Amino acid sequence: MNPMKLSLGPLLYYWPRQSVLDFYADIADSTIDIVHLGETVCSRRHELRLDDWLEVAAMLADAGKEAVLSTQSLIESESDLKTLRRLCTQARFRVEANDMGAVRLLAEAGRHDWIAGPTLNIFNPHTLDLMVQSGATRWVVPPEMSGAQLDELRCGLPSTLEAEVFAYGRLPLAHSARCFTARHYNLQKDACEFRCLGISDGLSLSTREGEPFLTLNGVQTQSARVHNLLADLPALANSAEVLRISPQGNHTREIVELFRATLDGRQTPKAAFAASLPLMPDAPCNGFWHGKPGVDQLVSA
Amino acid sequence: MNSSQQIELVCPAGSLPALKTAIDHGANCVYLGFKDATNARNFTGLNFDPKQMRDGIAYAHQRGGKVLLALNTYPQAGNWSSWTTAVDRAAEMGIDAVILADPGLMAYAAKTHPQLRLHLSVQGSATSYEAINFYHERFGIQRAVLPRVLSMPQVEQVIANTTVEIEVFGFGGLCVMVEGRCALSAYATGESPNCNGACSPGKHVRWEQTPKGMETRLNGILIDRFADGERAGYPTLCKGRFEVNDETYYAIEEPTSLNTLELLPELARIGVRAIKIEGRQRSPAYVAQVTKVWRAALDQVMRAPQDFKALPAWMAELNKVSEGQSHTLGAYYRPWK
Repeated sequence: MNPMKLSLGPLLYYWPRQSVLDFYADIADSTIDIVHLGETVCSRRHELRLDDWLEVAAMLADAGKEAVLSTQSLIESESDLKTLRRLCTQARFRVEANDMGAVRLLAEAGRHDWIAGPTLNIFNPHTLDLMVQSGATRWVVPPEMSGAQLDELRCGLPSTLEAEVFAYGRLPLAHSARCFTARHYNLQKDACEFRCLGISDGLSLSTREGEPFLTLNGVQTQSARVHNLLADLPALANSAEVLRISPQGNHTREIVELFRATLDGRQTPKAAFAASLPLMPDAPCNGFWHGKPGVDQLVSA
Repeated sequence: MNSSQQIELVCPAGSLPALKTAIDHGANCVYLGFKDATNARNFTGLNFDPKQMRDGIAYAHQRGGKVLLALNTYPQAGNWSSWTTAVDRAAEMGIDAVILADPGLMAYAAKTHPQLRLHLSVQGSATSYEAINFYHERFGIQRAVLPRVLSMPQVEQVIANTTVEIEVFGFGGLCVMVEGRCALSAYATGESPNCNGACSPGKHVRWEQTPKGMETRLNGILIDRFADGERAGYPTLCKGRFEVNDETYYAIEEPTSLNTLELLPELARIGVRAIKIEGRQRSPAYVAQVTKVWRAALDQVMRAPQDFKALPAWMAELNKVSEGQSHTLGAYYRPWK
């Protein structure tokens, strides 16, 4: 297999400050290559402020990791824009742009090393090429895009562009102005009492038949199932340069090492997938990668 | 203060009769789509073939109305030419503007048809002036439709910092999620608004009378169950009842419609340039009823904004055609969030 890189996606949940710091201290010792940092879901979350994230980024950079700052997916207020401008004008770390406002600011700042995030809705080579011309050098594929669509899209594009595929974690499916966690507790978002703090994997939502379906994570809605492409690794190696692991409440480091062992050929994809099952908060799925409903789990050929 | 500016009423047309009805009842613009995945209401039996579109444009233009074409889904590598062909055809037919979401397609339209007016679709998910100005600088968009997520001061802030005209949703079905950023339907059914132009598509829907009640499913996933005497709604997946921590409720959103009629003077004051009515999938009767009420309300607010009152008769008319016969101010009302 080619030397694929492993990346850690931004932490999507709201954990207590010390838990976050401990988590990244552990990650600094892991075999991960790239770490995305920053609050991408809700501007009300403040256990770590931008300056704290910059410190974590510096610590990870010192440990030899590529630290990337990810921008908030849904920009609403002037204060959101203020944070966004600070992120886009700092020069030390690369930035993952999750909104076209960020793309504008990065281009304005003359950056030619940024990452086009998964919420930019890049579905065709023409749009991707526009982003490359604006300075993107890596692209996080929208999770709903299949492997076949990705291969088709990349035909004829510059080989210097890296593609990053969402390979592990509950799928971020939607963002809203409404906070579904606050709604669950009959609170308004403005007075949410930060009830999502410490719900380490989000709130599980099931159908009336008790089947886990979605996960409520504040203003973000995720899948209940865990998107897991470990068993699909052989095929993935031809399509992407970077694999994204999205942090879950537990065992993220072990998942990272399972991916690493598989990439190094120390473990078969099948065995690694089997070993990952007890480490996941819910059942696996990989339908999106195979061009099926995301919730489906297909046995890889 | 921009209240001297006209506010355009932009009404939906899923068919030629709906288009004529909208124009006859006072719409300034109608928006519509072709019969394929190039638009976000790709439903069986809906939308226009080229002949119907020509007829529709002629009908509207003869009566001083405009026609906007929604090409607001995201083309992919394998089907790119369907979208560019649609842009070419629209330009050739003399459409008044195309409503686009994909930057690649905007670049194509701007280069190939420099005279064609471009609107940024709500599916483009632009919620800040930084994002809107990006599309303006790169592709020359002249109007942006805002996702249904901002509060009134936030909309005002956007308008104050861009030269792009701002259009907002006034009435109709309510997306709780940021438009263009929702893959819930793709997760459940494999078809999404972004790529297939459909949310919770009908071919995946099953209605089943069971001993526990009427059950509605989407690709086998139970979206809701209705007791006898309860009105069973369409299983749009964010508007079902689910269990969270042993509590069963509308965990994401109730079946309800957006109605901002009472906010019209405020929307006029901050400089909103167009109000969009949702509902290309609805009947000509719906279009008639909603257009009539909003025309009357807009005329009144233009004439004398300080005296404007949302008449109970108007609200009653609109409630009759609302989803779940109820309405909300959505993100304009802070507690909704």
